Amino acid sequence: MKNQRCKGTRDLSPEEMAAFRLIEGTFRECCLKWGYKEVRTPTLEYLHLFTSTGTLTPSRLGKVYSFLDWDGWSGERVVLRPDGTIPIARLYIDSMEGERLARLFYVTNIFVFEETGKEARERWQLGAELIGVSSPTADVELVMLALEILKRLGLKGIELRLSHAGLIRALLTELGLSPEEQARIFDRILDGDAEALAKVKRERPEVGKILSLLDLKGKPSRLQFTSDLPELKPAIDDFVNIAKLLETLGCDYQIDIASGRGFEYYTGIIFQIFQNGEKLGGGGRYDALIPLMGGRDTPASGFALYLDHLMKLVKPGALAKGKPQRILIRAEPEAVKDGFSIAERLREAGYMAELELGGQKEADFNWGLEVRSQPPLFTLTNQAKPQKFEAKTTDEVLAILRKADANKGSAA
Amino acid sequence: MQIKVALPKGRLLNETAARLQEVGWGLDGYQEKTRLYRISSQKFPDLTAKVFHERDIPIQVAIGNYDLGICGSDWIEELMAKYPSSALLNVGNLGYGDAALYAAGSPEGVSTIEEMKTKAEIIRIASEYPNLAESFALKSRLRRVSIFPLWGAAEAYPPENADLALVCGTIEELSGYGLVPVSKVLSVSACLIANKSSWEAKDMGGVVTPLLNKEPVQQAVEPETIRQYPGQRPRYTPSEDVVWFALPDGHQQEHTSRLLAKAGIPVDDYPSATGNRRPTTTISGVAIKVIRPQDMPLQVANGNFDLAITGRDWLMEHLYQFPSSPVQELIDLKLGGVKIVAVVSQELSISDAKGLREFNAKRAVPLRVASEYINTADNYARDNHLGLYRVIPTWGASEAFLPEDADLLIENAQTGRTIARHNLKIIDTLSESTACLIGNTNRTPSPTKQERINSIIKALQTAVKEI
Repeated sequence: MKNQRCKGTRDLSPEEMAAFRLIEGTFRECCLKWGYKEVRTPTLEYLHLFTSTGTLTPSRLGKVYSFLDWDGWSGERVVLRPDGTIPIARLYIDSMEGERLARLFYVTNIFVFEETGKEARERWQLGAELIGVSSPTADVELVMLALEILKRLGLKGIELRLSHAGLIRALLTELGLSPEEQARIFDRILDGDAEALAKVKRERPEVGKILSLLDLKGKPSRLQFTSDLPELKPAIDDFVNIAKLLETLGCDYQIDIASGRGFEYYTGIIFQIFQNGEKLGGGGRYDALIPLMGGRDTPASGFALYLDHLMKLVKPGALAKGKPQRILIRAEPEAVKDGFSIAERLREAGYMAELELGGQKEADFNWGLEVRSQPPLFTLTNQAKPQKFEAKTTDEVLAILRKADANKGSAA
Repeated sequence: MQIKVALPKGRLLNETAARLQEVGWGLDGYQEKTRLYRISSQKFPDLTAKVFHERDIPIQVAIGNYDLGICGSDWIEELMAKYPSSALLNVGNLGYGDAALYAAGSPEGVSTIEEMKTKAEIIRIASEYPNLAESFALKSRLRRVSIFPLWGAAEAYPPENADLALVCGTIEELSGYGLVPVSKVLSVSACLIANKSSWEAKDMGGVVTPLLNKEPVQQAVEPETIRQYPGQRPRYTPSEDVVWFALPDGHQQEHTSRLLAKAGIPVDDYPSATGNRRPTTTISGVAIKVIRPQDMPLQVANGNFDLAITGRDWLMEHLYQFPSSPVQELIDLKLGGVKIVAVVSQELSISDAKGLREFNAKRAVPLRVASEYINTADNYARDNHLGLYRVIPTWGASEAFLPEDADLLIENAQTGRTIARHNLKIIDTLSESTACLIGNTNRTPSPTKQERINSIIKALQTAVKEI
């Protein structure tokens, strides 16, 4: 029995956790400055929150971790949170409906079954939701916030791809399909099945013109968006207004109508963020979700960034702000009490102070500090130089450290 | 190189035996009413077979206890719906045992799937196929469902105790139950399955090829439109004053019937020669259904039934799964006493739970605990700190699992003779079980209903004292 870790799960090492916290910290700081407030929802939710049409696509639903709770004799199941947005919508309906505008953000894990066990079944997300307004400015705010976070994390070469769920739905309605067929093809498009559209096109050549809109890729001129179908006008206008605003803000984007994966709840703009072909996150507008879940008619949009993917790309070393200096304290058996008390003083002064317990490597520390019961009570060793200083009191030790810091600062 | 095959009892036995006879497997003793579980082949000396409940076969093959198995595709799909990465390979359709799995309701209660999708209320689905029922509900985009996993008699639940039942059969059979199909969930036929690793590692061509080369019988084409049949069974008018009373099917019927008669609760057509699951009583305001005793605690917990006669073993099993369940034993009926015991092979020098713990501590592989009572078994293994273990659910004839397919059995025993006959021994007694009347302590029925419940309880109490 070599590996006792559950299939499809991962451990985060100290180094990985440092990267995790750095990314999380950057995300939180950005969100707070944009006026978003942090929330957290439970890991367990009722399955039925996620099952009706307009929530998760069937392929996502087929991969939820659902089970009977200890009091599940009614036969109703619970799930390990399979999605970040739906619980936030539930939270809003439960306790925040009085607020006309809610800017919320969260850091959470979601659970998706993956057959091979080689990919993660527990995934971490950074998400932001803007509930209560429906406007291109609101959608663009979310795009800009997501891009700012990635910029602050030092990521370059970010691509923004836009699609529009309202436009896809309007087009499918134009095809004269039954509501079930529409829902089915929409789900397949959202599940990333390119063949779904090609098939409709082969079978219904007369609608080729409408469908050519779905082939739009790259950055088309607005002319290409014109359509003689009045039913498409609201969706196209919305799409064009968002694109125009992004251009005004100097934000580059690509259009890829037939992309936009996984979430049936989108009703308007869908945006996805890529770097070197790998998706780092995405989001969109979901005006129908809150009413569908039993709340008032409330528009909303949001996005999520994939923390596990970001961890592979972000270099914590390059971004870390001045880390505190590490000091290794070696106290004689008779001076253990003094060792603990000087360690406490050093920590209060902003240093990392560790007692020597064996197994630590001196080279990992900036300073070594000997603590004795007889004079000289303290000996400080600067590991980089190496240089030794003797001191009689704790205050003297601190003074030496501060002086060295100051010298280092002026030298730099 | 040994090849182990799991063969079905029940519905598919006769046709499977005929087919194996035809292709010359030469199996002796694979026939109806056989009490033989282990069978060898005259033609293939390396081939051994064991007979299982059909539902056990995909599990046994997937976990690698058997290389090959024959069972209905319904049970394969039931396993794969929940555990898609099971090491199971569907080698081929054998062209017999055709049936279909339908989602069906009663003619009065049923609506179309489209109508059900818009319902905000909970849709109750009763089935022996809980995994398929769940995936059916997800695929149909039903908003909110309760799945009642059953041991059997799903057809008896609609319309009063479930909105839909997932039932295997033909449309005519459904009609006989008074049900109409709303959706065909699956076409079913007998299939040959293999364990994935065995299939890659072992050369089973000689055994398998003749079976598959057989020309499959032409399948009848199912009509696309589902016809409506009129209901044929009596229905109960819904009323808050009606007491729902569940009586057991199977071997408990005789003594239950006698006790009811003694208590002055006459039940007509119970036990029923025609399989009627809705016998009637002259006591007004009491509706009776005959269902599996295994399913009763859950059905009383969820409010489907007010009273039920089941075994304490099944009540305990339910309470291990749902410790805060409102179901309670109301009367010990002192009938059909059995012991719930822990059983191992005679060949092991283990005599108690401590010995079992020491035995398992030395092994690198998990202890295989087979049981019909999966939660009881799980609890026993946990409480006795058995370490690494795995509970294997079984559907009857569990004693045939030892020693090759399981290490420990949690089983009921009346006299212990069956256990001894299989060269097994009892090492621990978990509890004693008799038939009991159970009820729901969380409900506050209408005064009329409470009065009716009380009078049934009183009548049974008096009858028990007289025994």
